[in-house]
Amino acid sequence: MNTTEQLSALRQKNLLHIENVYKQYGARVVLDNIDLSVARGELCTVVGPSGCGKSTLLRIVVGQEAPSSGDAFIEGAPAGYPDATRGIVYQKYSLFPHLTVLDNVLLGKVLESSIFGRVRARREHRDEAMQMLERARIAEHWKKYPHELSGGMQQRVAIAQALIKKPRIVLMDEPFGALDPMVREDMQVLLLELWEEYGMTVFFVTHDLEEAVYLGTRVIVLSQYYIDDRGAAAEQRGAKIVADHALPRRAFSTSVKSSPEFIELAAEIRRAGFDPTGARHVTQFNLSHPDSFQTLTAAESRALRAQEGP
Amino acid sequence: MRRYLFFGVHADPPPWLRRLAAALPFVLLLALYLGASQLRLAENPDDKILPSLAQMADAVQRLAFRPDPRSEEYVMLKDTTSSLARLALGVGLSAATGLLLGLNMGLFPGMGAVLLAIVTFVSIVPPLAILPILFISLGVDELAKVALIFLGIFPLITRDIYNTVAALPREQITKALSLGANELQLAYRIVLPQVMPRLIETVRLSLGAAWLFLIAAEAIASTDGLGYRIFLVRRYLAMDVIIPYVLWITLLGYLIDWLLRLALRRLYPWYQA
Repeated sequence: MNTTEQLSALRQKNLLHIENVYKQYGARVVLDNIDLSVARGELCTVVGPSGCGKSTLLRIVVGQEAPSSGDAFIEGAPAGYPDATRGIVYQKYSLFPHLTVLDNVLLGKVLESSIFGRVRARREHRDEAMQMLERARIAEHWKKYPHELSGGMQQRVAIAQALIKKPRIVLMDEPFGALDPMVREDMQVLLLELWEEYGMTVFFVTHDLEEAVYLGTRVIVLSQYYIDDRGAAAEQRGAKIVADHALPRRAFSTSVKSSPEFIELAAEIRRAGFDPTGARHVTQFNLSHPDSFQTLTAAESRALRAQEGP
Repeated sequence: MRRYLFFGVHADPPPWLRRLAAALPFVLLLALYLGASQLRLAENPDDKILPSLAQMADAVQRLAFRPDPRSEEYVMLKDTTSSLARLALGVGLSAATGLLLGLNMGLFPGMGAVLLAIVTFVSIVPPLAILPILFISLGVDELAKVALIFLGIFPLITRDIYNTVAALPREQITKALSLGANELQLAYRIVLPQVMPRLIETVRLSLGAAWLFLIAAEAIASTDGLGYRIFLVRRYLAMDVIIPYVLWITLLGYLIDWLLRLALRRLYPWYQA
């Protein structure tokens, strides 16, 4: 039941709203009718098998790519090209190689000033930047250049760099994907701390199921494994959101990863999104999150066709 | 395990041996020349083709350390400053133009669409083939010589900077925008500083071509300059002048390259080529 009014209310209320988004490259459909609405303060993780279009979805939210059809909204307004409303942390290339750690973090502040106010802006925001680095536990390396840091250290700086602009939403594309397991857990805890302290809204893309379930207050499963009623005509189908769970906020301790509920949920998500033989029909998805909605077309669902009937 | 000093893929020559090995070809070349020169001069003391070291020192003394009786100028100094001024002007203009064009072409697709084809076209025109056009249209003064150097190397610098900018990860540009950069800031505060070290590298590589065009222009129409002098004294078979001049040009080229390399290391510590 998604009436137009309900949808428009959701669009106005929530920070990020995506409706009927398709993305295709030539004949290849990557995203197939994506509907998604993310409330303020949520730490929303997106997980799915490799090649399912997670990063494409993120690039659409960033504004780096335009959807083939459909719209993305930030606070009710069309998302448009990349700007300071959305902070970004990539797996790599987040830091500027020609700037020191401190200057990388200061950049967001320095760019607010004119050429002439640059020196003053650096001085004025220096303490704030050092505090951010302190919070990210990387302050002692403030003088170094990015290439002198390890991968985990670089990502700490990248998070500080994005947060100093106080973006409405922080978008993260596999930010810890290239890190060692130990460093990765450290970074996950750090992210949770910062998320709580700053009341951030985070949209976090990962291929790591455990990470998604551990971090998220909400887990969205994007997958190309599903069934619908389009028949042979729709051989070229893209990924859909096949599951959408609200998760209780647990303790930060990484020990929850071995609790029975955690393992059960991870297994459930694996069945729903990662296992081609477990594919469900579009009308059978587990979309239990309260903000979840689905705009199926009549072609996709026979039940819908019957309902509309003659 | 046996260590190899010099031969084979496992060789690890110690520093003293490396230095010795590097000096060896120079020493051999010098010895060869001196030997040949001695033989010829013993046969005919007026031979001009392979002058002795003393004859060359004499020529350098005359050109570099004694003022010319007519113009009262130190000829070699005057030649050097004239040539370096032309070279600096031509290369400097090329670097500035190449940087600005390449940067904007690489970052703004519209600019790229307008300029890429024409810059590629111009870069393929053989500069020496249009030297007559330059002398006819710009006169035989400084302008034509600087123009030849400029036309010879700015297209290559432009294309190299363009490629560097185009190869920047898209993520960096998006990232800068997400930190609030506008398009001007993106071009001149994010991208420009990142291509500066590449510009220095490209200029280093272009200097060889720049010297070629400089000497060619000076040889054809000039009243001073290193290239002018060499082609002037050629008429008298004055190898005692030509050889020191060639060595001097080589030394100058090496010094400029060394200075640029030093600047690259000092100014851009983050750049690892």
